[in-house]
Amino acid sequence: MDFVNAIILLLNYIFIPALTYGSQLALGAIFVTLIYGILRFANFATGDMMSFGTMATILFTWYFQFLGVSLGVLPTALLAIPFGIIFMILYMLLIDKFVFKYYRHQKSPPVQFAMVSIGVMFVTQAVVRIIIGPADRRFFDGEKFIIKAREFKEITGLNEGLALKSTQVITIFVTIVLVSLLFWFLNRTKTGKSMKAYSDNEDLALLSGIDPKKIVLVTWVIAGILATIGGALYGLDKSFKPFTYFNNMLPIFAAAIVGGIGNPFGAFLGGYVIAFSEILLTYAYKKFFMYVLPVSMEPEGLVQLLSTDYKFAVSFSILVIVLLYRPSGIFKGKVL
Amino acid sequence: MVGIFQSWNIALSIFNLCLISAVMTMGANIQWGYAGLINFGIMGYTALGGLAAVLISVDPVQEAWRAGGFDILMALWLIVVMVLVIRFILKRFEKSKIRTYSIAAIIISGILLIRFSAEPGIEAIEAVDPAKTGFLGGFGLPIVFSWIVGALFAGGLAFIVGKVALGLRADYLAIATLLISEIVIAIIKHEDWLTRGVKNVIGLKRPAPYEVDLQTTDWFINLVEKFNSGKLSVIENLADRQAALNQLVIEGSSVFVKLCYSGLFLVVVIILLILTQKALYSPWGRMMRAIRDNEEAANAMGKNVVKQHLLIFILGSAIVGIAGAMLVTQDGLFTPGSYRPMRYTFLIWVMVIVGGSGNNFGAILGGFVVWFLWIEAAPISLFLINFFTAGIPETNALKAHLIESVPYFRFLLMGLGLLFIMRYRPKGILPEKIEIK
Repeated sequence: MDFVNAIILLLNYIFIPALTYGSQLALGAIFVTLIYGILRFANFATGDMMSFGTMATILFTWYFQFLGVSLGVLPTALLAIPFGIIFMILYMLLIDKFVFKYYRHQKSPPVQFAMVSIGVMFVTQAVVRIIIGPADRRFFDGEKFIIKAREFKEITGLNEGLALKSTQVITIFVTIVLVSLLFWFLNRTKTGKSMKAYSDNEDLALLSGIDPKKIVLVTWVIAGILATIGGALYGLDKSFKPFTYFNNMLPIFAAAIVGGIGNPFGAFLGGYVIAFSEILLTYAYKKFFMYVLPVSMEPEGLVQLLSTDYKFAVSFSILVIVLLYRPSGIFKGKVL
Repeated sequence: MVGIFQSWNIALSIFNLCLISAVMTMGANIQWGYAGLINFGIMGYTALGGLAAVLISVDPVQEAWRAGGFDILMALWLIVVMVLVIRFILKRFEKSKIRTYSIAAIIISGILLIRFSAEPGIEAIEAVDPAKTGFLGGFGLPIVFSWIVGALFAGGLAFIVGKVALGLRADYLAIATLLISEIVIAIIKHEDWLTRGVKNVIGLKRPAPYEVDLQTTDWFINLVEKFNSGKLSVIENLADRQAALNQLVIEGSSVFVKLCYSGLFLVVVIILLILTQKALYSPWGRMMRAIRDNEEAANAMGKNVVKQHLLIFILGSAIVGIAGAMLVTQDGLFTPGSYRPMRYTFLIWVMVIVGGSGNNFGAILGGFVVWFLWIEAAPISLFLINFFTAGIPETNALKAHLIESVPYFRFLLMGLGLLFIMRYRPKGILPEKIEIK
């Protein structure tokens, strides 16, 4: 019985939160990696673009709530996400037309692109803050829990409860659907394949008649979908605050590089690697050992490898180690 | 200009921060402009400089040393032993999987050992009068020394970072340095025994006199009287005149203190400017440009590119460290929570790009212009909003919302400024001048 308790404990505090957080990171990481692979620059505006998409979603959510439209037990935001995506894509295309296009035609080095993306980051941050303000916002409605901790305890008779938030289930479900669709698109359709070809060798791709304008357009459209959904899911699960989104850029970058930048599948797994290592290393295992070990061997301290303050530091250290020993990432991405 | 519109006090504090920004920009400019190395870790070096200011100037907390000093020293000793052992293994054994794994094992077990052996000491230190101290304190030396120590700290960190990350391609280096600086901030924020963490250290020593002391010093009062004799003589009533004088003395004292800081900072800026200018036009500077423009050719000419990159990375970071110590000196307090990448990394980069990379005067100009706009963006945009919406009544929701979000227009201004400069003047306001003799 104690053993089951211990497993439920780990499920509740480590596995499910890490899976949720990992899914949110994975979507962002695929976004980074696509931009890097096809448009060839590290996009420092990642976090802020995600916050723009979330902002658009929130505004539509408020509008729907004002109209009285709702999805019952599901959050209204799910209805608003498609509209948020449209706004996000329009914003990205606008930015691309006025900013990135010029440098693409100039064939500027990646560093210059990175600098320009910092300019975009400043502007996007300003736009988001001017429109919606810097405050913390929750826009979740509908049923909050699928399984409540107390109900779970009553049903199973165990000591440990298992709480399953609906946002967690939605996040994991949406991520799986979206990522499978994306991989189907990249591997099976003609446009997807031409995107891959363009990413591998631009000149050869142009020679074989691939239209670069179309590739860029499709890339931004996919990026917009990923950014908005990733951002909105994070906002639903936790809360929306522009500053947090800017900070999230860092673990997202870490996930993309750990997985091998330019490689979408690597980025997808990289998100989970980062999320699980963050949570595994900073979780206090005291209770777990209390269940597993006999009473005489119970640990005194919290049995925590690192204090939770170092959550971010963990993922960055992993990144540094990966960069040192395997610069191309766990799954071979572009060689540095 | 601000002196006339707002007050001399504000003008001087902006001027001081402009000087500090100029120093930071010069540091970043050495790395980017001279050598083409991209360093997004400026925030980390700034914070280390600030930490140096705390460690140098604060008086040591005797009780804390007694409570946990031994444990901390033991932990430090363990770290040294660990590094030595790893160096020994690296030197003596061939590269193999076993070596990699054993090094990893040593590091992990070492970290665990240190964590558990230092734990009681750290707790004891943090328990010593947590409202006031709760940390080890510093050495109780004058704070100006910390400017040099800050440079050493930052240079030391840059040495480690450079060894690890300099082999990476440009945009990876940017990301790696950015993340490493976040790690540094995380450590400074959460190791309370060293820095008091988010509890902040306040009331640091000053290199300049205190306002309160000045207000009671005779020569200072006489000086203020002399400066304002015209204004004072208009007032007939003796009591009124005395009151006016007192008011002027209070105002004057804070201006005087700020002037002292400005003087000190100006000295630093001028020394650095002379040194960097000399370096730029020396054979060494030419070599750096050669490495930047064509690494392979420079390598073929027998220049040690890796070593020079590391050297310039350390130098630039050390200068940023000085700026970090200066910043804490001028504020008189150390707030680890206030180090944010937006303000201390990206803004500095805007200064470098706008001012002109590779040109020291450009760096200083960038520091001044961008900092001035950063501070004055809010008043300017408030003025503009009021101007354009003059016809709309005060109660209009849009107008109220705009006025409320005035502080964020500075981001917009910076972003647009950066984008325009990058597009139409990619070399900055003062471009690099390469002399061909």
